[in-house]
Amino acid sequence: MSKANLLDRRAVVSELLRDRKGAFAIGGLGASTYDIAAAGDHDRNFYLWGGMGGAVMIGLGLALAQPTLPVVVITGDGEMLMGMGSLATVALQQPKNLSIIVLDNEAYGETGGQASHTGGAADLVGVAKACGIADSRAISTMAEVEAFASSLQDVTAGPRFASAKIDGANLERVLSSRDGTYIVNRIRGSIGHTPI
Amino acid sequence: MHARADTAASWPEEIFSILQRFEVRQVPYVPDAGHSELIERVLGSSSMRGIALTTEEEGVALLAGAWAGGQRGVLLMQSSGVGNCINMLSLVQIFRLPFLTLVTMRGEWGEFNPWQVPMGSNTQGTLELAGIKVLRASRPDEVREVVEAGAAQAYNACTPTAVLLSQRLIGAKVFTK
Repeated sequence: MSKANLLDRRAVVSELLRDRKGAFAIGGLGASTYDIAAAGDHDRNFYLWGGMGGAVMIGLGLALAQPTLPVVVITGDGEMLMGMGSLATVALQQPKNLSIIVLDNEAYGETGGQASHTGGAADLVGVAKACGIADSRAISTMAEVEAFASSLQDVTAGPRFASAKIDGANLERVLSSRDGTYIVNRIRGSIGHTPI
Repeated sequence: MHARADTAASWPEEIFSILQRFEVRQVPYVPDAGHSELIERVLGSSSMRGIALTTEEEGVALLAGAWAGGQRGVLLMQSSGVGNCINMLSLVQIFRLPFLTLVTMRGEWGEFNPWQVPMGSNTQGTLELAGIKVLRASRPDEVREVVEAGAAQAYNACTPTAVLLSQRLIGAKVFTK
């Protein structure tokens, strides 16, 4: 259901990736992967169609392996709630090049829009901050999205976490490749690794 | 405290050398008595990064990201943690990951705590159902060759592999009042 004063998820993701340069983008299971695909296919897009709860940890593994390149995890509130401990794991490692943004519609859109905990008492920005991610912010305007998009290029100041409250409307799915081996090998190829 | 089997060589040290030789960089782990010596060795190493997890499935996802970024890793966990990984292990097949995990066993060989037995009894079956090849080392003198074989098939042949380190090898945990 559309509500006034909430951000449009596709506008948020397309702004985050508009001038991405060498950044890797990891989507969470469900709508955030469609949003990344809608912003344009790219060798460094890491689409997830499963492994719910794992997006932040995939981002951490990639960020530690490639510390000079920006890594951005773009996921949903349901996916983030399932892997909440990973915020504590990220905070312990302090990867300077990792940014995480949650597109929070307070609902499980993929399964029929059931309410998520973020519509109730759960505050993901508070969780991230309390886990030890000092730069944790709530985003509610496109100007703040733009500022976050440019900050993720700074690979000396992360990790950073943001949560953007987005419109809950179900948008048309933009389907990316579902072939995981292709997706991962394409990313590896983009940084000069040949197949085994 | 663990009553350790009588060992001349330190098998955790042998594992560490093998991981070094295979250029392993990321070592996610959940704190575990059986792996404590290896974890200390990893945390003191300049070429490997020990990454403490809050739950084991985080490590499976981490290794997928590491591989995408061009690094090898190994997941250290206990048999009870294997149960936490089941859904995330689908990533191993989906991405054709060169996945290696070293699992210290509980729930067998002189176990005191009945709560460890159900998962310990199902560890091998669970891994096999998830498409992971399972090797086992039960004596200190076979750890080196078993872990070496596991690392070789995981990293060279992209054949996901778990090496179970038997409770007989580690020693049953001793509970005293």
